[in-house]
Amino acid sequence: MQKTLNWREYIITRAVKVSGYSSIVFVALIFFFLLREGLPTLAEVKLANLFSIRWYPIENYFGILPLITGSLIVTVGAALIAIPFGIGTAVYIAEIAPRWMREILKPLVELLGGLPSVVLGFLGILVAAPYLRTLLNLPTGLTALTGSLLLGGISIPTIVSIAEDALDAVPRSYREGAWALGATKWQTIWRVTLPAARSGVLTAVMLGIGRAVGETMTVMMVTGNAPVLAIYPSSLFSPVRTMTATIAAEMGEVANGSVHYHTLFFIGMVLFLISLAVNVAAASVVFRTKKRAERILS
Amino acid sequence: MKRAFSLNRHLAQRLGFSLLTLMAIMTVVPIIAVVAYILTQGSPAISWEFLSAVPREGMRAGGILPAIIGTFYLTLGTAVFSVPLGIAAAIYLSEYAPDNRLTRLIRIAIINLSGIPSVVYGLFGLGLFVLFLQFGTSILAASLTLSIMTLPVIISTAEEALRAVPQAFRTVSISLGATQWQTIRRIVLPQAIPGIITGVILGLERAAGETAPILFTGAAFFLPRLPNSPFDATMALPYHLFVISTQVPEMPIKIQYGTALVLLAFVLSMNLIATAIRSRARAKRQW
Repeated sequence: MQKTLNWREYIITRAVKVSGYSSIVFVALIFFFLLREGLPTLAEVKLANLFSIRWYPIENYFGILPLITGSLIVTVGAALIAIPFGIGTAVYIAEIAPRWMREILKPLVELLGGLPSVVLGFLGILVAAPYLRTLLNLPTGLTALTGSLLLGGISIPTIVSIAEDALDAVPRSYREGAWALGATKWQTIWRVTLPAARSGVLTAVMLGIGRAVGETMTVMMVTGNAPVLAIYPSSLFSPVRTMTATIAAEMGEVANGSVHYHTLFFIGMVLFLISLAVNVAAASVVFRTKKRAERILS
Repeated sequence: MKRAFSLNRHLAQRLGFSLLTLMAIMTVVPIIAVVAYILTQGSPAISWEFLSAVPREGMRAGGILPAIIGTFYLTLGTAVFSVPLGIAAAIYLSEYAPDNRLTRLIRIAIINLSGIPSVVYGLFGLGLFVLFLQFGTSILAASLTLSIMTLPVIISTAEEALRAVPQAFRTVSISLGATQWQTIRRIVLPQAIPGIITGVILGLERAAGETAPILFTGAAFFLPRLPNSPFDATMALPYHLFVISTQVPEMPIKIQYGTALVLLAFVLSMNLIATAIRSRARAKRQW
């Protein structure tokens, strides 16, 4: 009896351990398959072509610069909206709002995080784009700006929830100390609480931007999908095409194993590396500050 | 002089607080507006036929039953793979994992999984499940792709729920002669289950609303019947909304809003259930 129990426990413990390692396996698998299907691009497409400004796969133009700049301009626009509003809302929820208000706001922001991006893209087409078109007197409402606005909204919940956790984790005694020295609540927030939580807030911003870079459906639906080089300020008001949208729009129509197919995987590989860089950086900020805190305490 | 200074800083506080309040309102009001707008615009389209019939006339009439059932199957399929694996991984991280390099690597991997763009999951699913393992564009391939995407949400929320169980519970159980697994199975898990369920539902909610990962792995443009095996492709609500709002000309606007409403209702009801379980468990908790 005792023996069978131990044997069963051994198996379960093994299974649990193997599951624990599964995340590493999946990240490796994803990277492997992106490399496997994406790297042939480097042999099939000349580098001068790949880094040119013309994306027109039907005639074998595979310049990914327009797509990279498209992603960049939409993401920068989204960040300009999401960072102030995300941090502002997080500070409001963590430091200022009365308890009942907090109980309403937190689930609402969580709800925004759960809204399917295709629903926001749908409303973007039907409501936001026509509105912006008439407001700004543009030839089309499907522009980088429309994408930025919606993407900003999509990134806000990520920023709010992580930044709010960081603010919550600041010990109450820090605030009490500042108040006792005569600081107002506002001064305490700016000079004590926010600086104390800065690594968490930085993580929040990085992950929010990561979310914006990777968002697919909304940008595909509202940015107009024109693969032009978007490096001028006026590009914000014209259609652009992002890396994610290009993959989503074209992968369904390419032949498996073709040059176009490999190039789309290559773009996926670039996206993977960007998100890897953002997330490892965000994680190392957290780990580093933890270590420093441990050093101070010991 | 001194008084002016103090007035200024109190004025600054008032201005600052008003600004932040305004920002919070500007963040939240659009959320309510979006939900209310879809609700009012979409409800006229909802009828028994809309929910229970297959699409007709090139999707411009009839219902959206195959898409509803498809999303249900995909969510269920995702749960089958991601729930056991996710909870087991969370148990490992919370109860077994030593504090070393490997564990840190696991945590970085989880953070990375949660950050990978959804369309890249789609590429991966196409490469591994559809082509390499030859599942074809199918419910199986799409569910597996969605499972891996959902995994980090489930692992991190479940781990948090497990860690919230006080250490004393474990110490007492072990000291009474229970093995570690018995302690986890009979003491820790039952205490953590509401938190775990909340995390699972929030993860599945994301899977149910996603479009990009299923684009090339299992979603069908138009399929006027119900799928009858895991190896069939299927219609799904998010993809269907994308198709009828961008790919089909002269699509009645009513059907578009109706589809958006059904998708939103599907996702929001999961969200509400998760929130309700969490707040009930918090109220009942004795430690």
